[in-house]
Amino acid sequence: MKIDKEKYFWIYTKMLTQRMLEEKILELIPTGKLTGHFHLGIGEEATFIGACAALEEKDYLMPTHRGLGCVIGKGIPLKKIMADIYGKATGTTKGKGGVLRICDAQLGVLGLSGTLGGIFPIAMGAALSSKLLKEGRVTLAIFGDGQSNRGTFHEALNLASVWKLPIVYLCENNYFAISTSQSRVMRIKNIADRAKGYGIPGRVVDGNDALAVYEMTLEAVNRARAGKGPTLIEAKTYRWRPHFEGEGASYRDPKEVEIWKKRCPIHRLRKKLIDLKLLNPSQDKKIKGKIAEEIAEEIDEAVRYAEESPMPRPEDALEDLFFPSATE
Amino acid sequence: MREITFVESLRMTLKEEMQNDPSLMLIGEDIGRYGGIFGVTKGLLEEFGPHRVRSTPISESAIIGSALGAAMTGIRTVAEIMYVDFTTCAMDQIVNQVAKMRYMSGGKAKIPLVIRTQGGGGRGNAAQHSQSLEALFLHIPGLKIVMPSTPYDARGLLKTAIRDDNPVMFIEHKLLYATKGHIPNGEYLIPFGQADIKRKGKDVTVIAISYMVLKALRAAEQLAKKGIDVEVIDLRTLLPLDLESLLQSIHKTNRAVIVHEGCRRGGIGAEIASNIMEEAFDFLDAPVQRVGTLDVPIPYSEPLEKAVIPDEEDIMTAVKKVLYWK
Repeated sequence: MKIDKEKYFWIYTKMLTQRMLEEKILELIPTGKLTGHFHLGIGEEATFIGACAALEEKDYLMPTHRGLGCVIGKGIPLKKIMADIYGKATGTTKGKGGVLRICDAQLGVLGLSGTLGGIFPIAMGAALSSKLLKEGRVTLAIFGDGQSNRGTFHEALNLASVWKLPIVYLCENNYFAISTSQSRVMRIKNIADRAKGYGIPGRVVDGNDALAVYEMTLEAVNRARAGKGPTLIEAKTYRWRPHFEGEGASYRDPKEVEIWKKRCPIHRLRKKLIDLKLLNPSQDKKIKGKIAEEIAEEIDEAVRYAEESPMPRPEDALEDLFFPSATE
Repeated sequence: MREITFVESLRMTLKEEMQNDPSLMLIGEDIGRYGGIFGVTKGLLEEFGPHRVRSTPISESAIIGSALGAAMTGIRTVAEIMYVDFTTCAMDQIVNQVAKMRYMSGGKAKIPLVIRTQGGGGRGNAAQHSQSLEALFLHIPGLKIVMPSTPYDARGLLKTAIRDDNPVMFIEHKLLYATKGHIPNGEYLIPFGQADIKRKGKDVTVIAISYMVLKALRAAEQLAKKGIDVEVIDLRTLLPLDLESLLQSIHKTNRAVIVHEGCRRGGIGAEIASNIMEEAFDFLDAPVQRVGTLDVPIPYSEPLEKAVIPDEEDIMTAVKKVLYWK
């Protein structure tokens, strides 16, 4: 694998951005200014950002409900994301879809499904249109271990395989579907093993190793773009936070959480960059400080933008249901 | 003018639209070489190829979901669900995804998607192949609902549905496929939200949809012999609903009967009756009557099936009731 310094630093910066943005949300929740509930991906940055790093701007993305990292990774501006979080008229969904539905047609972010598992066939349809229109766009669908138990997983992966569609299904396996641990509801250890049933490659990757996730996703994306069909990737990672903020996460052993916190994907990438001599340990603090400072500024600006943005007007609730039709 | 069947009308329309729009794709079970279980798509695979006439496995969620994903990224799509009963296998996709995609994206997504399906009883297909589920879809904001009753309407409405940039439920009735009707040679479109007066009359307004329009017309003929002059209005589209035409008719007749094949309880008749009550209460000389299927699953055996699905007799009884005819 060729060392791509620029890409690695991009990944590093975006991972820090996800971490800091989600920590900002934790700070903001007690203020009561945010509506909705938040599924934070702190601790899983390597999976989300590493995967998105393998995409081109034109590629499609359907993220998971823990997907703030994904939409950051696909390039949606932080102020737009923050406006969506605040339910403001200036967000990507104008206050209609909420934090779970952040979308951007230009950047190929198609939004996610609040009913989990809904994205499997929709993402497959986007891949189908790319194939029919010969656009060379690849679709990345990111989902959790829990979602892989929905029937849509089977229907969509089967058809994506039969039609050799340019799509990558990436499972973010954080071992828990709310309170339900994987071991209690699956007889297999690797969700990637299910790929065999569809005749497509199934790969397992350390989801806390950003560069490994990036490389494996890139390989699958290239394969898809070359017309060789879908790949199922399983990235094993762990969420440090509860399923959503405010939920007690009593079902997990606190020791287990501590063990995973020691495997922080951001520290790990920093070490890797030092090992690769892309980062000088003596400069490390300075560089991290500078990057973090810039991100913090961007986040503060995003919060300011969101807070100063107007709320949607009540009458806007009736807009945007139907596209005005030429035939009426 | 020429006379063709309902199936031929649909097939011709799909074919023309596929010729007009090279990106238009059909997707569904057994729609390829087999031509669909009612033969609607017969010959289309041969003409347009497997990329555009896409046969799927028994995977309704994947049919609707992939049609949605394709539609919102530039492929105008007609998805076929073999029986309306099977839409329930894809309800998350229809209710939570298709209907909500545009709204939840703040109006960004454009969804040129038609879901063609067929329902209704009368063929001894029993409870899981005979339902009329339009009321379920009417309850979900974000779906247009079309239910034609003639080959002429099917053609004009399907063209409009395909060219619409919104999700449309296009629900056919299995007993209509073999019916015949005249269509003009040239192209025509029927706009949504325009009910059609299928029979002019002055005594009672009978509002019907889909196959029930035919039964209402037959009932009207019978009643005419008794000196009762019934106006039969075919809604054609449930959403948008042409309330204006209904009200105009009721202003004249002062009496209304609504006929549909879905179950009476929670059926579309309740919604329409409510609208009439709100907008024309002072014009009514009798409570609005609803005629619908009895509230049981559709039974298999012929006498049982006949007993639960409304027929001409039931419509006549309701008409007499609003006329206080003893």
